[in-house]
Amino acid sequence: MAGVEDRPVLFASMKKLAQWAQSGSLWPAQFGLACCAIEMMATAASRFDLSRFGAEVMRASPRQADVMIVAGRVSQKMAPIVRELYDQMPEPKWVIAMGACASVGGVFNNYAIVQGVDRVVPVDIYVPGCPPTPEGLLEAVMQLQKKIRMGGRPMAPAMPSPEEVAQA
Amino acid sequence: MADIETTIGQVDPETGLKPMVINLGPQHPATHGVLRVRVALDGEQIRACEPIIGYLHTGIEKNCEDLTFNQAITLTDRMDYLSPITNNFGYVLGVEKLLGVEVPKRCQYIRVMFAELSRIASHLVWLGTAAMDMGAMSPFFYTMQQREQILDLIEMSAGTRMNPSYFRVGGLLNDLPPGFEEKLRAFLDGFPHWLQEYYALLDRNPIWIERLKGTAPITAEKALDYGWTGPLLRACGIPRDLRKTNPYSSYEDFDFDVITETDGDVYARYHVRMREMKESLKIVRQAIDNLPEGEWHVPGWKIYPPNKQEIGRNMEALIYHFKLFTEGIRVPAGEVYSAVEGPKGEIGYFIVSDGSGKPYRVRVRGPSFYNIAALPTLVQDKMLADVVAAIGSIDIVLGEVDR
Ligand code: SF4
Repeated sequence: MAGVEDRPVLFASMKKLAQWAQSGSLWPAQFGLACCAIEMMATAASRFDLSRFGAEVMRASPRQADVMIVAGRVSQKMAPIVRELYDQMPEPKWVIAMGACASVGGVFNNYAIVQGVDRVVPVDIYVPGCPPTPEGLLEAVMQLQKKIRMGGRPMAPAMPSPEEVAQA
Repeated sequence: MADIETTIGQVDPETGLKPMVINLGPQHPATHGVLRVRVALDGEQIRACEPIIGYLHTGIEKNCEDLTFNQAITLTDRMDYLSPITNNFGYVLGVEKLLGVEVPKRCQYIRVMFAELSRIASHLVWLGTAAMDMGAMSPFFYTMQQREQILDLIEMSAGTRMNPSYFRVGGLLNDLPPGFEEKLRAFLDGFPHWLQEYYALLDRNPIWIERLKGTAPITAEKALDYGWTGPLLRACGIPRDLRKTNPYSSYEDFDFDVITETDGDVYARYHVRMREMKESLKIVRQAIDNLPEGEWHVPGWKIYPPNKQEIGRNMEALIYHFKLFTEGIRVPAGEVYSAVEGPKGEIGYFIVSDGSGKPYRVRVRGPSFYNIAALPTLVQDKMLADVVAAIGSIDIVLGEVDR
């Protein structure tokens, strides 16, 4: 960005600019389900400090959020509510499935747990672990930012070409 | 305590209005998980309140029947996930009682040490989140920092930060790793300072005191009726602590006080937990100072598997290893109730064995389940905002309520 200060006008593609801005200020919904939520809290707290990645503004209302971190196991009773919360979030929105339970049901292959939250909402990033370490969640946030910068959208996840991957 | 369904229909004779029904949760920042609370309001006053649970029902008890006795430990971790180790504790003690074995002293001391460390960790999360509910953000960042140190200690010995499954039937996953003691001592030396820091943040804060004093009180009789245990009951003045009344795992060797307060309100609960952390610190220090040398699991290969070197050298060890990991430990038929003092109260396990390698039934007495039942009584005729303070003070973990 050297020499930018001398130029009064900058040209950029609107789309790229929007993607850059979106990826730099993700607002996750403050929404914890089970054990993984405690690790999500730890990620937001002092040691791991999610705000370094611009994603610390946890919103209590889904209407103000654009990332849903599904932190924990989704029970059959909870699944419709997860979907409702997702529907309440404004577009564009993304979903991170945190932990084995949210990804595939984890150790609970039984009558009570939905075997992966992707049966209810479209998922962009899956984080392995039970629970994933805070580093794991940070990596997921970084991957999501990468995906946003490449123009990835829920419902129609863009499959980037190798060149785009190298650029981002 | 009023029934919500009848309250909703009652018309106020003066105003001609019915109570307003407000729904909190299951996604709400102050419900500590997926609790849902329905309240019937007259203005801001609560006429009736009903906690609705089950949004995190996981089928843990049923799943335990499908796993061997040792594998089921992993599921106990995932109930009260703020202090998984105390959950392991009650369960392994129960299975050991059925087996009729007692683990060596060293193992008992290490177990006590970790149970107390995780009690501190649990209380720290409670302090941070309860303060956040009251609008104080900064204690959260302080408490989580100290909690990380405890998690580091757990990670060192068990290999994972949360849900460690460190206690095994007949012993531990492994002995204390090298370098553990120094790290633990560093934590023990540093923590009292931080405790003072928490007090400095909250204890003379007029908003904090105003908000907590006299909020959501309960009498000792009522608390007993609801089956309250742990710090909540002790905040009502009843010195019930399983570590003192039914000492398990060598708790009788340790010198500590049972903390009680008399008021039974949110402020008393806060003080009980704060002072309990100090006692836990005392116990951990005694445990590491007097840690006995020697074995850290039961002798023989029938219960605790032989180590890797032995398997390479000894055919018999290999057979035992294979048997233990395919069939599981053969536990004699029978039933047992074993309870430990968790950070939230009495965590009890009722385990039935039919003589095979898998439990026939595991029933859990999760303290949070009993504690949350008293919520309507706590907030009856109080202000709506007190619901948040009450839920925060109860320190529920929904994983344990719904299981
Ligand atoms: S993945 Fe593991 S830690 Fe996360 S909610 Fe499921 S059981 Fe808990």
